[in-house]
Amino acid sequence: MALEKVNAVVIGAGAAGPIVAKELAVAGFRVVLLERGRWHSPWECRKDDLRNQRTNVLGNAFGPEDEGNPRVLVNQQGEARVLLPSEGGYNNNAACVGGGTLSYGAMAWRFHPDDFRTRSRYGMVADSTLDDWPITYDDLEPYYEKAEWEIGVSGDDSGNPFKGERRKPLPMPPVKPDSIEHQLLEKAARKLGLHPFHIPMLRNSVPYGGRPACMRCRWCVGFACEVDAKCGTQNTVLRTALATGNLELRTRAMTKEILLDPGGRARGVAYFDENDRLQEQPADVVVVCGGATESARLLLNSRSKAHPRGLGNNSDWVGRNLQGHLYTGAFGLMEQRTYDDLGPGASIAICDYVHGNPGLAGGAMLANEFIRLPVQFMNTRPPGVPRWGLAAKEFMKRNYTRAIAVQGPTQEIPVWDARCELDPEVKDRWGIPVLRMSGGRHAHTVEIGEYITYKAEAWLQAAGAIQTWRRGGGRGLSGGQHQAGTARMGHDPKTSAVDANGRVHESENVYVADASVHVTNGAFNPVLTIMAIAYRAGEHIARELKGKGI
Amino acid sequence: MKRRSFFLVASGALTGAGCGHRRSAPFRTLSESEAATLEAWCDALIPSTDGTPGAKEARTSRYIDIQLTRRFRKFRPQYQQALAAIEKMTGGRFTEISVEERTVLLEKIEKGEGDKALWGPDGGREVFNLILQHTLQGFYGNPRHGGNHDYVSWRMLGIPVVPVRGRGVAYGA
Ligand SMILES: Cc1cc2nc3c(=O)[nH]c(=O)nc-3n(C[C@H](O)[C@H](O)[C@H](O)COP(=O)(O)OP(=O)(O)OC[C@H]3O[C@@H](n4cnc5c(N)ncnc54)[C@H](O)[C@@H]3O)c2cc1C
Ligand code: SF4
Repeated sequence: MALEKVNAVVIGAGAAGPIVAKELAVAGFRVVLLERGRWHSPWECRKDDLRNQRTNVLGNAFGPEDEGNPRVLVNQQGEARVLLPSEGGYNNNAACVGGGTLSYGAMAWRFHPDDFRTRSRYGMVADSTLDDWPITYDDLEPYYEKAEWEIGVSGDDSGNPFKGERRKPLPMPPVKPDSIEHQLLEKAARKLGLHPFHIPMLRNSVPYGGRPACMRCRWCVGFACEVDAKCGTQNTVLRTALATGNLELRTRAMTKEILLDPGGRARGVAYFDENDRLQEQPADVVVVCGGATESARLLLNSRSKAHPRGLGNNSDWVGRNLQGHLYTGAFGLMEQRTYDDLGPGASIAICDYVHGNPGLAGGAMLANEFIRLPVQFMNTRPPGVPRWGLAAKEFMKRNYTRAIAVQGPTQEIPVWDARCELDPEVKDRWGIPVLRMSGGRHAHTVEIGEYITYKAEAWLQAAGAIQTWRRGGGRGLSGGQHQAGTARMGHDPKTSAVDANGRVHESENVYVADASVHVTNGAFNPVLTIMAIAYRAGEHIARELKGKGI
Repeated sequence: MKRRSFFLVASGALTGAGCGHRRSAPFRTLSESEAATLEAWCDALIPSTDGTPGAKEARTSRYIDIQLTRRFRKFRPQYQQALAAIEKMTGGRFTEISVEERTVLLEKIEKGEGDKALWGPDGGREVFNLILQHTLQGFYGNPRHGGNHDYVSWRMLGIPVVPVRGRGVAYGA
């Protein structure tokens, strides 16, 4: 039996979903938010270095569980393998209230204006689907600002000349840049004529939004914050939305499909509730925010006469162009001790190599890394140092506290064959077909990433590293925690899945408002852009509903 | 599957090996002799020296044993085969030979040069990597999972065992 109809049902309480839900709830609409994971509270988050969202050898702390959530990965040799969520290649982000924002590193980047027009800037790159976005940096600027102020960002990018105009400064100052690493790297960058500045972070450096300041612990990226100083959607917009009384959040609610009329209009969604009972939730609009891989899966699992290959997929653009970031960089060993246990660790960045690299169609922001726990460093070593035995231990002993890493997210050249589709056989614990992922990165992405490693190495050498080594990347399938691109936005239904507002071309009342809509994924971590797009989509949907007299 | 037939060979080989190591708590999945073999294996991966602790002090084999009842349950057959195989290679004396001798043997397995009849088609490469990663986790990871006993590795690295709290001071605030 169907539940009572609401104005909007939003699928996924990650970075995007709660923002859309909040915009609609505050505008007076009745909203149901469905999240397949649990709500974790700050006091139950334990800092487990072997079980978190970064190092998951003992499982994902914040979902999905290994039990009943398989995927299939086809490797470069064409061999298919069933994977668990805690295995490499699964391309997991998180499944919980807050999604990735509960445990992220919280870098809060605005994309560069040229990140929205890579095709115009660089021309077509062969064997790619490189294209401009249908919207510009200026279109998103007010929503970037809204995300920075409503969710909370600390930092200071006034020293960065390679960025779009911002009308308002960030609401919080940076966390004190007193780490040894920060000071060495800042001096070195200036010596090289580069432009270092304080990374914008969704982290309280001072009390903000009713939550305390960061106490600078060792366990940030991959962990929830026990003092709630990290700003996610679960401790900001979601609270605002729930306080209106117009939002109902249902956790452990796994959405199966969008229910479609023959013409393509959505009636609502079908989902399995916390007791695994199938429920129908009717709604005026459906907003898909499940993250780039799961959103594509939901669309592909939603079929009707008019959409035999899945909703939005009549031109075959759903699930295509799966991208993330090729992270490359360098390590340096210093004469002096650099470890000072001052979290979160990452603090300083340069944007000098984001664009304008000779002969290359892109680049990357470069920054120092979050504190690397011993289990994260134990497989790091320069060429020539053995993996085990006395020499390996001696290397760790001598260098763990004297190493600095500088890395950056290379903007990837999107590829048509990097994709997720439905596996014809494998199903999850509810019997829903799971994703089958295949393809790989563009060769030029690897070239750009390689170039970036030299820049990272030069920065470390200028900082006094006595030994450095570079770490490039390969052509394996991208996605991961920065996954994006599987339901591209565009004006032309033949070359995109959704329009510039996120509405699925083939349906009048279904929207996609998460990382799936990215045409390209920027030379930066993506979350602030995802948030800005969600604000923009939420505002647009509220206007549409009002226009229809709902 | 190939693997099962190995296992039979392997368990036969195991029955001979015995050892009187004393441990603080009994092992959960490994037999006394398997545990001793694993300890000798881990000891070669992260040797103890006069100055610094190794896998033994960190109790990495206990970490592995505990995880074999949980997350690593699916790796049990691989462990049993590998521990039996390495004993077979040494006539049941793996725990008695020197760390140098064990290292030479393990280097062969790492390169996949183990006897295929004993180690499978990859000559032991995969199971070597598995045991190496698990040993490193048990050495460098949080003690809550049964390894890194008394934080020996963190002390060795020179990082505070109990992290300092409450120094959130904003810049310019
Ligand atoms: C450890 C870590 C560190 C990171 N660091 C950074 C960083 O420093 N900066 C940055 O910009 N980004 C970072 N990210 C990435 C960032 O978190 C993601 O880009 C972002 O969360 C993606 O937003 P989203 O809304 O598209 O998807 P998600 O945040 O993944 O949210 C999707 C939600 O939808 C739910 N869902 C999916 N399918 C269904 C369904 N069928 N029914 C019900 N619910 C469903 C999922 O459970 C999930 O909670 C990090 C991520 C992680 C995990
Ligand atoms: S570094 Fe700060 S924000 Fe991150 S988890 Fe620790 S206290 Fe929280």
